[in-house]
Amino acid sequence: MPSQMPKTLFDKIWDNHVVDTIPNGPQVLYIDKHLIHEVTSPQAFEELEQRHIAVFRPNQILATADHNVATVDQHLPIKDDLSRFQIEKLTENCTKNNIDLYGLGHENQGIVHVIAPELGISQPGMTMVCGDSHTSTHGAFGTIAFGIGTSQVAQVFASQCLLLEKPKNMRVNVNGILNKNVSPKDVILYIISKIGTNAGTGYFCEYAGNIFREMTMEGRMTVCNMSIEMGARGGLIAPDQTTFDYIRGKKFAPTAQEYNHKVAFWKTLPSDANAVFEKEHHFDASDIEPMITFGTNPGMGIKITQNIPNHTDDSFKKSLNYMGFNPNDSLIDKKINYVFIGSCTNSRIEDFRVVANYIQGKKKAANVTALIVPGSQLVAKQIENEGLKTIFEQAGFEIRQAGCSACLAMNDDKIPTGEYCVSTSNRNFEGRQGQGARTLLASPLVAASVAIAGKIVEINNI
Amino acid sequence: MKKFIKLTSTAVPLSIENIDTDQIIPARFLKVTNKIGFGEHLFKDWRFSDSQKPNENFVLNSSKFSGEILVAGDNFGCGSSREHAAWALADYGFKVVVSSFFADIFKENALNNGLLPIQVDSNFLKSIFDELEKNPETNFIVDLQNQTFEIENIDVKTTFEIDAYKKLCLVNGYDDIDYLVSIKSKIEEFELKNQSPWM
Repeated sequence: MPSQMPKTLFDKIWDNHVVDTIPNGPQVLYIDKHLIHEVTSPQAFEELEQRHIAVFRPNQILATADHNVATVDQHLPIKDDLSRFQIEKLTENCTKNNIDLYGLGHENQGIVHVIAPELGISQPGMTMVCGDSHTSTHGAFGTIAFGIGTSQVAQVFASQCLLLEKPKNMRVNVNGILNKNVSPKDVILYIISKIGTNAGTGYFCEYAGNIFREMTMEGRMTVCNMSIEMGARGGLIAPDQTTFDYIRGKKFAPTAQEYNHKVAFWKTLPSDANAVFEKEHHFDASDIEPMITFGTNPGMGIKITQNIPNHTDDSFKKSLNYMGFNPNDSLIDKKINYVFIGSCTNSRIEDFRVVANYIQGKKKAANVTALIVPGSQLVAKQIENEGLKTIFEQAGFEIRQAGCSACLAMNDDKIPTGEYCVSTSNRNFEGRQGQGARTLLASPLVAASVAIAGKIVEINNI
Repeated sequence: MKKFIKLTSTAVPLSIENIDTDQIIPARFLKVTNKIGFGEHLFKDWRFSDSQKPNENFVLNSSKFSGEILVAGDNFGCGSSREHAAWALADYGFKVVVSSFFADIFKENALNNGLLPIQVDSNFLKSIFDELEKNPETNFIVDLQNQTFEIENIDVKTTFEIDAYKKLCLVNGYDDIDYLVSIKSKIEEFELKNQSPWM
């Protein structure tokens, strides 16, 4: 019997889901799980209604409200008319189409990329989509998960499928020993700073090497979450015992015999030994240090101890001008008035444990407004149950309710014009956290250290 | 979807790299539930000052440049998956975006809205910018059937790639929903055959 072509993790999942191939054209890819939220779904529902098409597989869709929701007084009616209408529209659309909705006030509500993993919905070998580019998060489970536009949301509503050209395979390997205080966020910021914001465009990126194998699931989610920031539609990490253990016992996880059956299947998914990756990068873990960004895209990152580089192109100059920085500046001692700890990148319980552990017994600097925004109601509950809430309160941090919040500033959580914010989110684009706001991306530990010091400090030796 | 076959137009140069969809349409304008009127907010924070005065230095406010073609720097449309970015460009009146590189999701969103993304090599992109600087009135000819993009004045032409299926869709005004709904029985067959171990 001829031996089978070796396949990557990505190939195996993709090939399992191909319904049909159009000659000289795209493939029809079957989608197992479709996550939706209030911002990118209404026009898709409208599209279907106009064409008199019914939602094909409502039981494979899950909805939540996260992007525009207020993070205070969620039990009260939403003040902003447009936001309220958008949320009401989501509720109406879900009710009409028999779609499960974890809306405001529901115990499972939260950021879509936080709740699906914590409820055991994200599982290895699946295809998952959402009208949100950070859907790549779920790739941490060995899942093909990617963001789509609203027309594509409508396509999945109509057919549970998408027409896509198969992306290429890319692999980023990080091996070695990580330095003290280096977190998964630093690892991904480091990778993007090295290969750039479009290195992954056209690819799905598998992360391999002992650094990712040794990460917790939450760490892997942080890494895969930011795959899109290097242009990759999705990121993946081979499912292993860490994955299986994480899923076991979760609300929608398979149980008993079914669980064993699935684990046996999940074990067949990792890339074959000789699988071919069209692009491959290797990094030495010991070169990674706590990172921070200085510009207006996530690739503009440096080690905290490094100086801002000097480039002469107009886009670079425009970026530095927006940030109010100069080439060759050091960021150490830069005064910072806002700290945001939240977003689908870093709003899980492990992130808040790191922060609490660092700030315990300390007080935030007087100039700092520090926001703690849990990724979900479940995380909020954990924060309380583990006693972290008290630590945050004593340190003078504001604790909010679950939502996307200041990551994209669709609600009232905005950073004022001209102010700097050290943020655990994923994007430092101009105006991302509010018009004129200046974002510096960093890990939860770095953000915590800034909140206490009121300025950027070296944390390598903390 | 509207058909796209051929277009002759002047162009607007926006020679900035890594233009993300947050710049194309800031998140605060994503609260509506229809697709109407996004053009008004296209590049809002670059186009207007805080007090809503048009920013004279921004190319969309320049009387020198106009047209249905936007020519932008490398890696256009990166970041958020918001299709509102494509809606805003189309609603403003653009039918074509030219760049040396497009982000994946933006490219798909554009094609799903009859907005044609044309990828040219970086040298050609530079020659477009150069030509527009010299002569803002330059016409460009987009021929989708033959997959060519031409700078009329200097008679320089390049070809561009587009998926054959996507081309068929644009030329005929079809979209993916039509196709997917037409193969529903095949999808159902797939579902039956794959009592998916992954589900």
